[in-house]
Amino acid sequence: MVNSGGLQSILRKYEGNPHNLLQILREVQEEEGWISPDRVAALETALAVPRSKIIGAASFYAFLHLQPVGRYRILFSDNITDRMLGNQALMEQLCQLLWVEPGKVSEDGLVSITTTSCTGMCDQGPALLVNGRAITRVDEARIVEIAELVRNQAPLSEWPEEYFRVEDNIRRRDILLDSHFEPGSSLRALHARVETEGMQASNTRSWREGLPRGLVGPATMLDEIKRANLRGRGGAGFTTGLKWEACRNAPLAEGQDRIVVCNADEGEPGTFKDRVLLTSYADMVFEGMTLAAYAVGARRGFLYLRGEYRYLLEHLEGVLARRRRDNLLGHSIIGIPGADFDIKIHVGFGAYVCGEESALIESLEGKRGTPRNRPPFPVTHGYLDQPTIVNNVETFAAAALIALNGGEWYKNIGTAQSAGSKILSVSGDCERPGIYEFPFGVRVVEVLEACGARNTQAVQVSGPSGFTIAAHEFERRICFEDIPTAGAFMVFDQTRDMFEVARNFVHFFAHESCGFCTPCRVGTSLLKNLMDKLHNGHGSPYDFEEIEKLNHILQAMSHCGLGHSACNPVLDTIGKFRPAYDARMAHQDFTPAFDLDRALSQARQMTRRDDEQAHFAAEHGAAQ
Amino acid sequence: MEVTEKKKLKVATTSLAGCFGCHMSFLDIDERLFDLLERVEFDRSPITDIKEVGVCDIGLIEGGLCNAENVHVLREFRKQCKVLIALGACAVNGGLPAQRNHLPLTDILSEVYLSSPGLGNGLIPSDPELPLPLNQVHPIHEVVKVDVFIPGCPPSGDAIWKVLTDLLSGKAPSLGHGLIHYD
Amino acid sequence: MSETFVLDGQEIPFAPGQTIIQAASAAGVYIPRLCYHPEFKPHGSCKLCTVKVNGRHTASCTFKAAPGLQVESNTEDLNAERRTLVQMLFVEGNHFCPSCEKSGDCQLQATAYELGMMSPHFDHFFPDRPVDASHPELLLDFNRCILCSLCVRASRDVDKKNVFALAGRGIDSHLIVNAASGRLADTNVALEDKAVQVCPVGVILKKRQGFKVPIGQRTYDEVPISGHVPAPAALTEEI
Ligand SMILES: Cc1cc2nc3c(=O)[nH]c(=O)nc-3n(C[C@H](O)[C@H](O)[C@H](O)COP(=O)(O)O)c2cc1C
Ligand code: SF4
Ligand code: SF4
Ligand code: SF4
Ligand code: FES
Ligand code: FES
Repeated sequence: MVNSGGLQSILRKYEGNPHNLLQILREVQEEEGWISPDRVAALETALAVPRSKIIGAASFYAFLHLQPVGRYRILFSDNITDRMLGNQALMEQLCQLLWVEPGKVSEDGLVSITTTSCTGMCDQGPALLVNGRAITRVDEARIVEIAELVRNQAPLSEWPEEYFRVEDNIRRRDILLDSHFEPGSSLRALHARVETEGMQASNTRSWREGLPRGLVGPATMLDEIKRANLRGRGGAGFTTGLKWEACRNAPLAEGQDRIVVCNADEGEPGTFKDRVLLTSYADMVFEGMTLAAYAVGARRGFLYLRGEYRYLLEHLEGVLARRRRDNLLGHSIIGIPGADFDIKIHVGFGAYVCGEESALIESLEGKRGTPRNRPPFPVTHGYLDQPTIVNNVETFAAAALIALNGGEWYKNIGTAQSAGSKILSVSGDCERPGIYEFPFGVRVVEVLEACGARNTQAVQVSGPSGFTIAAHEFERRICFEDIPTAGAFMVFDQTRDMFEVARNFVHFFAHESCGFCTPCRVGTSLLKNLMDKLHNGHGSPYDFEEIEKLNHILQAMSHCGLGHSACNPVLDTIGKFRPAYDARMAHQDFTPAFDLDRALSQARQMTRRDDEQAHFAAEHGAAQ
Repeated sequence: MEVTEKKKLKVATTSLAGCFGCHMSFLDIDERLFDLLERVEFDRSPITDIKEVGVCDIGLIEGGLCNAENVHVLREFRKQCKVLIALGACAVNGGLPAQRNHLPLTDILSEVYLSSPGLGNGLIPSDPELPLPLNQVHPIHEVVKVDVFIPGCPPSGDAIWKVLTDLLSGKAPSLGHGLIHYD
Repeated sequence: MSETFVLDGQEIPFAPGQTIIQAASAAGVYIPRLCYHPEFKPHGSCKLCTVKVNGRHTASCTFKAAPGLQVESNTEDLNAERRTLVQMLFVEGNHFCPSCEKSGDCQLQATAYELGMMSPHFDHFFPDRPVDASHPELLLDFNRCILCSLCVRASRDVDKKNVFALAGRGIDSHLIVNAASGRLADTNVALEDKAVQVCPVGVILKKRQGFKVPIGQRTYDEVPISGHVPAPAALTEEI
C-alpha cells in the first residue's frame, strides 16, 4: 500500500497535471496492484478531474484495473503464433495447477489468469505477462515452476532471471542494424554538413537564398529527409519529409510548442522490431527524434511505449539520462544555440488502437484512446492542439541514418518508391524466427529462404490488418509499390488451418475495437460471432452473405484504420483459402448460431429430465 | 373457374410464444378480408397439428421462441411455407418474453417455483409432456430463414394488408410512414 | 453566402466553417443522424450521417463543406448501409419498443422507420444492463443506450457538471455517472439539466410521465423524422 505520502510523491513527479492522469494511475497501480476507489477519490480532489472522467479513461485500458486482479496477474499472449506454440494448453495447465478459472480472480485473491493480445514476443513465444513483466519461451515445465512460485507467493524479484530474458534474435543486418551507430554522430554529421556543404546541399532555391542563418540547419535536415524519400515505417508509408514540413509550417498560437512523438505502441500482432530497436538501438531512435525536433522546431518529445514493453522503461530512461549528460538532449544540443529538446516516456496500457496517431495523442493527454475526427490532422492540431508529428520508431532510426550518410545515399537503396531498408519481424513456422533487415523490394520467397521456412502455405504480411499472401504470390516484393508492411511477417506451413488464423485475427479486432463508432464496435463483434459460428459447425452459405455484408460496412463506414482493416484477414483468406471455409459449410439450409440442444441445458438441469423430448435430436440439429 | 381456383394462393398462420394479438390484428383487415379471399385460400390454423398444413405459399407466424415445442412448430412450418412472414414484435425480436433474457433461466425457474411463496409444492414441473423452456427467448430469424418481417405490437391491419397485397402482386413488400411501427 | 456544393444533384449554399450536415439542414435537407445535435460539438461516432463525398464515404456531421463538392446522401446504397448501422444498434442493446416510454418520440426508432427497417436482422446480443432507478425523479434505462455521448457533451459543455461519461472499451463500452456509488441519485444531476433533455432514445427518462401522450400521437407518429430537420444553432452567427 502506498500511503498518501506515496501518492503525493507521484503527484509531484507528474506536476499535479491532469494531462498526466494515466501515468499517475499507472504508478499508483504499480505500487498497489490496482486503482482503488480511495485513490480515485484522492485524485479527483488533487487533480480537479471528475471521477467520471478518471473512471472513463482508466476503464478504457486493458492493463489498468479498477478492481483487484490478484497479487499475481497472469496474461497469456494470444496471438496466432502463441496459439501455434500451444499457449491454450499451457494456460489450461496453469489454471488447473492454481485452481482458478480463466478470467476470474482466485478466491484467496492470489492470482488471476487470462489472455491478452500479442505481446510482441512472437519469435520467442509462447509468452505471458506476469504483473506486466514478459516471460518468454513458456513450456510445461516452466508452467509447473510458475505455479509453484505463485503458490509460495515469491516476489517477482526472486523469480529466475532466465524467465525474463528477451532475445534480440537479429538474423540479418543491413544498413540500419549494421550501422555501429555512435551516439551524437548523426547530429554532428548534420551540423558539419550545414557548416561546409550546407548551402549547396540544398536544392530548393527559396531557402538557399532567403533563410536566416539559424534556420539553415533545420532546412538542411528537412532537405536530406526529403531527398532520401523516406516514408513512414508504421504501415501507411506517408512521406516523412512532407509530414515534417507541414508541422514546421503550421502556425503556433501564443504559448504553443511543436511536439515530436515516437510511436512505440507496436500493437500489430506479429510485430516486434520496435522492441529490438528500443533495446539495442535506442540511441539511434532518440537521435532521430532529436533531429526531427531540430527540423520541425520542436522542444518537447514523447515516446509512447506500449505497456507490454514496460520492462524497457528503466533502460530507456537510462539512455535518455546519458544523452542529457552528453548534451545530446536538453539545452543547446551539441552546442547549437537554440537547439533545445527533451523527451518524456509515456507508458501505454494494453490498447492496440492507441497506435493510431490521433488516439495515441488522446492517450498522451490522459484520456480514452479514441481516434479523433480528422481534419484537423496532428501536424497542425496534435498534442494539446499543438503542431505534432507522430512517427514510428523505425522511421526515426532511419532518419538518424540519413542524417549520418545523406539522403542521396539512402535514396539509392531499395526500390524507386521505397527507399532504404525494412526491418521484418519474422515468426511462425520457420527455423529461425527473429529480426531480418532487407533492402526494400525483397521478394517474399527470399525472406522465407532466409528464415528457414518449409512447406509454407501462407504468410501474413503486416499483421492482421495487412495481407495474407498465398504460395503463388511468393515472388511478390515487400515494398510500398507491391506489399507494404509495418513489419510483421508470420509464416504458416501446410499443416495450418487458415480459417483459424483468420478467426484469431477477427477476435483480436473485436477485442481491440475502441467502441467509438457503431460499425466497428458492433460489426467486429458480429463478425467474431459469425466466425465462431462457422468454427462451431453451424455454418451455411447464408453466413457467407453476412460476412460479406459486414466486411463492406466495416470498410466503408468505420471511423479509423482499425475498423477499415478488421475484415482484411477474412476477405483475404476467403479469396485465397476458400476450401478452409467450405469445410465449415456443414449445412445447406440456414442454421442457428447457437446449439439448440444446449439451449435446453438449464431447463434439463432444473427439471432433471433427460427423455427424448428434453433434447433436440441430432438430425433435427442438422435440419432447417 | 377451375383456372382461377388453381391460381389462388394458399396462406396459413400459426402462433408460437405470442399473445394472439397479431392474429387479432390480422382479422382487423376487416371487409378487405373478403377481397383477400378472392385471391387466397386459407389453411386451417396449424397450431393443433402442424403436419396438416401441407405446402402453402405464404405462412404468417406470430410469437418468438420460448420453448422446445416452439422450435419444432417453427421448423415444420418453415418447411411447408414458400414465403415465411414474421408477424409482430415477438416474432421479430422476441418481444416481451425476451425481456427475461438477461437472467439465467435457472434463476428464473427457482425464483418462480422454488423460492416465491404460494406457488404450489416447491417443485419444478418435470412432466415429459411439457415442452422445456429455452435458456433464452429467440426471435424466429435466429433459427430459420425468414423472408418477410412485419414489425409492430401488434402490427396494424393496414400494415398486414399492405404486405400481403404487395406479395400477391409480386412486389417486394414495403411499409411507408405510419404503417411501419415497432410499438 | 456565395459558395455551394452539390448534394444529390441540388446546390446547397454554405457558410465558411459549416459542416455538410449543417449546410444541408439549413437548406431543409434531411441527412440521417443520431449523435449529431446542432447545439453541440459534433462527435462523429454513430456514422448514420455517412455520405459519399466525391465518391468516398465520410461522416457529414464532421466534414466541412467546401465549394464544388459532389455529395451523395439519399441513395439506395447509402440508406441500406445506414439501415445496417441502425440494425446493429438495435441488436447491441435491448430495445423493446412496446414497453418503452420513448416510443414515438425516439430518434433511433424514427430513423429506423425512415430507413425502412423491418427487422433487426442480426442475432441479438441481449446484454445484461441493470437499470438505475435510484434517483427520485429520473430513471436510467441503459438497455437502450446507443453511446451517442450527447448527454456527456451536454453535461460537460452546457451544465458544466460531468454527470455522465463513457467508460469501458469496444463492445463493453457503457455509460457511467459521476458518483462513487455509481448511482444517479448520488450525483448533482438536476431535472433542468440540458443533459437530461438530449437523450435521443429512452435511457434518461423522467419518472411518472407514464404514457402521458398516448402512443400514436407522439413526435414522429404524425411527421416522420425527415420532416423534423432541426436548423443548426450556430447558423445565425456563422452566416
Ligand atoms: C489501429 C491502428 C494501429 C496503429 N498502430 C501503430 C503502431 O503500433 N505503431 C506505429 O508506428 N504506427 C501505428 N499506426 C499508424 C499510425 O497511425 C501512424 O500512421 C504512424 O505512427 C505514422 O508513423 P510513420 O509515418 O513513421 O509510419 C496504427 C494505425 C492504426 C489505424
Ligand atoms: S473503427 Fe473501431 S477502433 Fe476505430 S474508431 Fe471506430 S470503433 Fe474505434
Ligand atoms: S429507445 Fe427507441 S428504439 Fe429503443 S426501445 Fe425505446 S423506442 Fe424503441
Ligand atoms: S444515455 Fe442517451 S444521450 Fe447518453 S449516450 Fe446513451 S443514448 Fe446517448
Ligand atoms: S405476439 Fe403479436 S405483438 Fe407479441
Ligand atoms: S451524426 Fe454524424 S456520426 Fe453520428
